[in-house]
Amino acid sequence: MMEEVLLARIQFASTTLFHFIFVPLSIGLALIIAIMQTMYVVKKDEIYLKMTKFWSVFFLINFAIGVVTGIIQEFQFGMNWSAYSRFVGDIFGAPLAVEALLAFFLESTFIGIWIFGWNKLPKKLHLACIWLVSIGTIMSAFWILAANSFMQNPTGYVLQNGRAEMNDVVALLTNEKLWVAFPHTLFGSFATGAFFVVGVSAWYLIKKRKVDFFTKSIKIALVIGMLSGLAMAFTGHAQAQYLMHAQPMKMAAAEGLWEDSGDPAAWTLIANIDVENRETTGRIDIPYALSYLTYSEFKGKVRGMNALEQEMIEKHGEGEYLPPVKITFWSFRIMLVTGGALLGLGALGLFLLYRKKLIQSVWFLRLLIAGIFLPFIGNSFGWIMSEMGRQPWVVNGLMKTSDGISPNVSVGQILFSLISFSTIYTILGIIMVVLFVKYIKIGPEEKPEEDVSATDPFETGGAGNAIK
Amino acid sequence: MPLSDIWFVLIAVLFIGFIFLEGFDFGVGMSTKFLARNDLEKRVVINTIGPVWDANEVWLITAGGAMFAAFPHWYATAFSGFYIPFVVLLLAFIIRGVAFEFRNKGESVAWVKTWDWAIFIGSILPPFLFGVFFSSLIRGLPIDGDMNMYAGFTDFVNVYTVISGLLFVVLSYLHGLLFIGLKTEGDLRVRANAAAVKMYALTGVILALFIVFTYLDTDAFTDHGAILYPMFGLAIVLYGLLFFFLKKKKEGLSFTMTGLVFVIIMASFFIALFPNVMISSIDPAFNMSIAESASGDYSLKIMTIVAFTMVPIVLAYTIWSYYIFRKRLTGDKEHLEY
Repeated sequence: MMEEVLLARIQFASTTLFHFIFVPLSIGLALIIAIMQTMYVVKKDEIYLKMTKFWSVFFLINFAIGVVTGIIQEFQFGMNWSAYSRFVGDIFGAPLAVEALLAFFLESTFIGIWIFGWNKLPKKLHLACIWLVSIGTIMSAFWILAANSFMQNPTGYVLQNGRAEMNDVVALLTNEKLWVAFPHTLFGSFATGAFFVVGVSAWYLIKKRKVDFFTKSIKIALVIGMLSGLAMAFTGHAQAQYLMHAQPMKMAAAEGLWEDSGDPAAWTLIANIDVENRETTGRIDIPYALSYLTYSEFKGKVRGMNALEQEMIEKHGEGEYLPPVKITFWSFRIMLVTGGALLGLGALGLFLLYRKKLIQSVWFLRLLIAGIFLPFIGNSFGWIMSEMGRQPWVVNGLMKTSDGISPNVSVGQILFSLISFSTIYTILGIIMVVLFVKYIKIGPEEKPEEDVSATDPFETGGAGNAIK
Repeated sequence: MPLSDIWFVLIAVLFIGFIFLEGFDFGVGMSTKFLARNDLEKRVVINTIGPVWDANEVWLITAGGAMFAAFPHWYATAFSGFYIPFVVLLLAFIIRGVAFEFRNKGESVAWVKTWDWAIFIGSILPPFLFGVFFSSLIRGLPIDGDMNMYAGFTDFVNVYTVISGLLFVVLSYLHGLLFIGLKTEGDLRVRANAAAVKMYALTGVILALFIVFTYLDTDAFTDHGAILYPMFGLAIVLYGLLFFFLKKKKEGLSFTMTGLVFVIIMASFFIALFPNVMISSIDPAFNMSIAESASGDYSLKIMTIVAFTMVPIVLAYTIWSYYIFRKRLTGDKEHLEY
């Protein structure tokens, strides 16, 4: 049984982490492209149209992979986690169904209209389509996080008929976890899109190719990236405050705290965690920082894992209640470091831009290229911290992960799906990188004039409005 | 009518809508191998569904999500029970979905060929698997008293389910050819309609076999004969009319006929299931009923409000999107996105 659980978890983790490479980039790029196209429609400057078209190449490649990996995401609950699905379908399935109705139809329909509608719709209506796509991606994030927040911090349910049934939709949707996780994830996604545009633009600026085009691009993206970075920091702070009272075990594990902390609590930069002997040594501490992170003031102590585990044993009976401490601890730090680095890059980038020195600062532009990868690392480790820190629960306090799997699915079957999915993920990942590199190298070069003689110039979408 | 019955009908509608719409997408995908003769024709064929295939697939995602939310036990039993077929289905959907986007993103012959195969395999496997899936639901599957399904190869693959799978493949192909006939001009249009005429007899034979084996291999007619006899009768009449419309070159009406036949076949599965969502081949006592598989009333009520608000809006913009792209693709002078 343990083997099935482990394999099913690896399967879920790999699918979700792979899927979440594409999701934040799609959310971020959709917004940026919508902004660029808006500038085109408002300013009537062709360069913004070219920007819209150039960046949308990456958006569409990325979106396609996001869509197809998303289908697995929906299927795998029932396939690998049927006991979990029976237990929570009532309250967890509902947001997923709403997500499909509200968000998936919207984004898939309007992205089709947007891609194929350049010459068929009036400009403003066509612009509205990409905004609807962007809104669709954002709503999708909200509903899936509503579902995830229930796993982290169950609200709005009653236990009956052997399962968690919804009895208060308002409580489900005003879940405190949802309202810290949603903005945090959303701004993380905007930053992912922004720093992608920033990094690619930096490469062009080093090469001195299409300087005007990429200065305009980097300007828009740096502003969005910096604002998102700041918002990410604030909402991250809110997440920590939420964790402190709702999921203290996750916070304690993220800090490697076995005993309760002192008051005021120091934040540990690095440490050596020894899970077997339940001790953490060699801490390098920043005084007061943890108190501030969790309470917004320079006092207050944070509870340790030993006492919290004792509490859980009293409440739920004998058993293991520690999450994987090392993974939680280090994921938290990796996420924080990437977030901090992004803020630094964003701030310095804006400063150099303001002083008109950005294009000359080749060393810094090189850093910005490396900065493309930071949000992806931060996103992944943020989720690893969040989901690993929730263990051993699949629904916090209600159902253990090991009780959630499908009893009728064998090790061989899970291995079959695991191997086939990870093979195809690897192939898709490679193709994505190859295509991205290819289209970055091609760049927004002038295309030959399109033949518009076939369309009636007096009709909507005719030569009068034709996109060159 | 209890809310759980309403949701059973809604899920049926979502699956029917999915097969009606994605049916021609599958057929168009198959046509890239069987109908299109050169790269340009392939691109025109793919572009006929370019703006809509993604949204059509969302019908399936929504049906799955609605199953999860409204019938957690149905979702859990079916999705874990059909583990291996669903892995194959997902792989097919993945390669097809990215193939549309990737195909024109490379120049080498090998690249284009690879994605052509991905589109073809990704278009022919899913309808077969859906045919197998729905037919095996009404044939009955080894579901135990804990609602867990332990199916072996022959539970999925037997004469009846294979006929049903083949029917979904040929009917999708016919449906897709007629869609191409509606959406293209010139030589391609003529050949698509001619190919549809050629497919008519074969599809008719498989349709007849399907009805016969539904009668022989399931309890559908015993339990629901009063509805199913007239329904299948209607399907046969409509299929007969199709012959007439094909001869008269009535493209719109022909397409409507294949669509309606598909709708009737899909609806018959759900009628045969009622009042169950899953039928156990071990013991009828283990049949999973709509009522006992459903979510609580509160949850269903909330979702009913959302569904009845959102579905008309979704339908409205879906129809609008087909209206925008109502013009036939002319081929060489057209700007082809895919």
